[in-house]
Amino acid sequence: MPRLGDVCRHIRSKNAGPFWITVDLFFRDDESYRSYKDDPNISARCFAKLYGADESLIKLIQVDSLRVVKVSYPRPKPQGWQGERDMHAGQQYVSLLDVELAAA
Amino acid sequence: MITILVPTGALGAGMTAAQVERGISLGVDAIACDAGSTDSGPSYLARGVSKVSREAIKHDLGILIPAAFKAGVPLIIGSCGTAGTDSGVDWTRDIAIEVARENQIAPKIALLYSEQEKLKIKQQCAEGKISPLAPSPSLTEAAIDDCNHIVALMGVEPYIDALQQGADIILGGRTTDTAVLCCVPIMRGAPAGLSWHAAKITECGGLCSVNPREGGVLFRIGSDHFEVEPLNLANSCTPYTVSSHMLYENSDPFVLVEPGGILDVSDAVYEAVDDRITRVSGSRWNKRPYTMKLEGAGGGAFQTIMFIGIRDPKVLASLELFETRMLADLHKRVETAIGLHAGEYDISLRFYGWSGVSGQPPPAGTPTPSEVGVMFVATAETQEMATRIAKTCNPRFFHFPLDRGMELPSYAFPFSPAEIERGQVYAFNLNHVVAVDDPLELTRLVWVEFAATTGREAAHA
Repeated sequence: MPRLGDVCRHIRSKNAGPFWITVDLFFRDDESYRSYKDDPNISARCFAKLYGADESLIKLIQVDSLRVVKVSYPRPKPQGWQGERDMHAGQQYVSLLDVELAAA
Repeated sequence: MITILVPTGALGAGMTAAQVERGISLGVDAIACDAGSTDSGPSYLARGVSKVSREAIKHDLGILIPAAFKAGVPLIIGSCGTAGTDSGVDWTRDIAIEVARENQIAPKIALLYSEQEKLKIKQQCAEGKISPLAPSPSLTEAAIDDCNHIVALMGVEPYIDALQQGADIILGGRTTDTAVLCCVPIMRGAPAGLSWHAAKITECGGLCSVNPREGGVLFRIGSDHFEVEPLNLANSCTPYTVSSHMLYENSDPFVLVEPGGILDVSDAVYEAVDDRITRVSGSRWNKRPYTMKLEGAGGGAFQTIMFIGIRDPKVLASLELFETRMLADLHKRVETAIGLHAGEYDISLRFYGWSGVSGQPPPAGTPTPSEVGVMFVATAETQEMATRIAKTCNPRFFHFPLDRGMELPSYAFPFSPAEIERGQVYAFNLNHVVAVDDPLELTRLVWVEFAATTGREAAHA
């Protein structure tokens, strides 16, 4: 099964204000985008599980012109709380690289 | 066409006089950039101090103030002093005056303040004018009281007001990044959708270009499109780099909520004019009742930290066991020696090189690292207590054996004293919007008067 890190040329994560984190999945080409943009493992439920975020608030947005799936999720704790480990959330994307995709 | 020069994505990040000159030579109507953000966390707003050094701000203002004055175009800076507090505006004002004096010029400087008094916010809360944004709950008086500083994000209107009164330089408190850049086009009657969109694309300066480190950009707005062009001739703004900037730090790439309306770029079209310039059309602005976003931050507990490096292969081969045993031992020691109980303090161990960033053990089969760094973080109600906890844990943290009966190891620690008082933990407490009848209702305009070479400056409302 392919992994998300294989079918994307770039994946990044970043704070979007103090209360949200946003992830951009830049798919490698049209075929990767078409094949995997609706993959069940790129879902609000999966992101909720992976990042401890409230599933009902997670936004999944497909940007066809850029071959990007954007996922935005609320931070479980606001940016800068006492247990903060990643202020810009810039390293959060790494957990996504090994996500296995279900679609063939 | 109305042309705005955006010399940098953040005042103080650095720029060259040559690039700014080149931009001006293309014919511009204003120079505008932003000086703040919440990106670096709550400390700057809670303390009302800048993230960027005075020298870095002075370097950039030292280029922009004389260049704008000579060109006869307004210089507009938003979110002064990182958080856009009143103190941030005043700090930037003093640097601007110093630069003006050194250049022997006397531009007319407008200061726009948008810091809010707690009492006023409480009144608005009681009147039902404040609504929460997801994922936050409704605002409470306690959350307001927990803030040291509260700012409201300004839209274009206070800037237009200052420009119409003849401002050469505007130093604004907290403002949406976009409003700083699109106030001049909107004042001159450019379509609102194109203006807000152009501002969103260029708010981070060169980030919408192929080589983001190659400096600033400019945008030109006409009646049915705008163009984005980098200042550096060797750099390019392509339809791809321009359109993909809508993804950046934005939870929704098609919709942006601003004071007084919503920018919708779902149907925007991005086309190359040539290999350096991109043209954009089809942006829409949907008017909405006027709201301003509120940001507020305050201080809570205090932290003291210590740091060790470990190369011992036996420890490295059993890091999870080591962490569990060490943490239990440290808690026991604090309870015995100081009499604190769980919930009254916190100890966090962060194993950098293993699980320090994620906070989770890596997947099974992950190779043993050759070294790890362990950060000890004690959190308590006072700095003094956090340091007492660290000092109490000191011998155990630096010499904790993996197994009982082992000779006591000494892990590598780099500093003496070993404990570092890190200061207070700050928190963002507000994620709300306030409805206003008048866009200037929560803002204040103050003019700075000063002599170009000598004398004292005086500010009057």
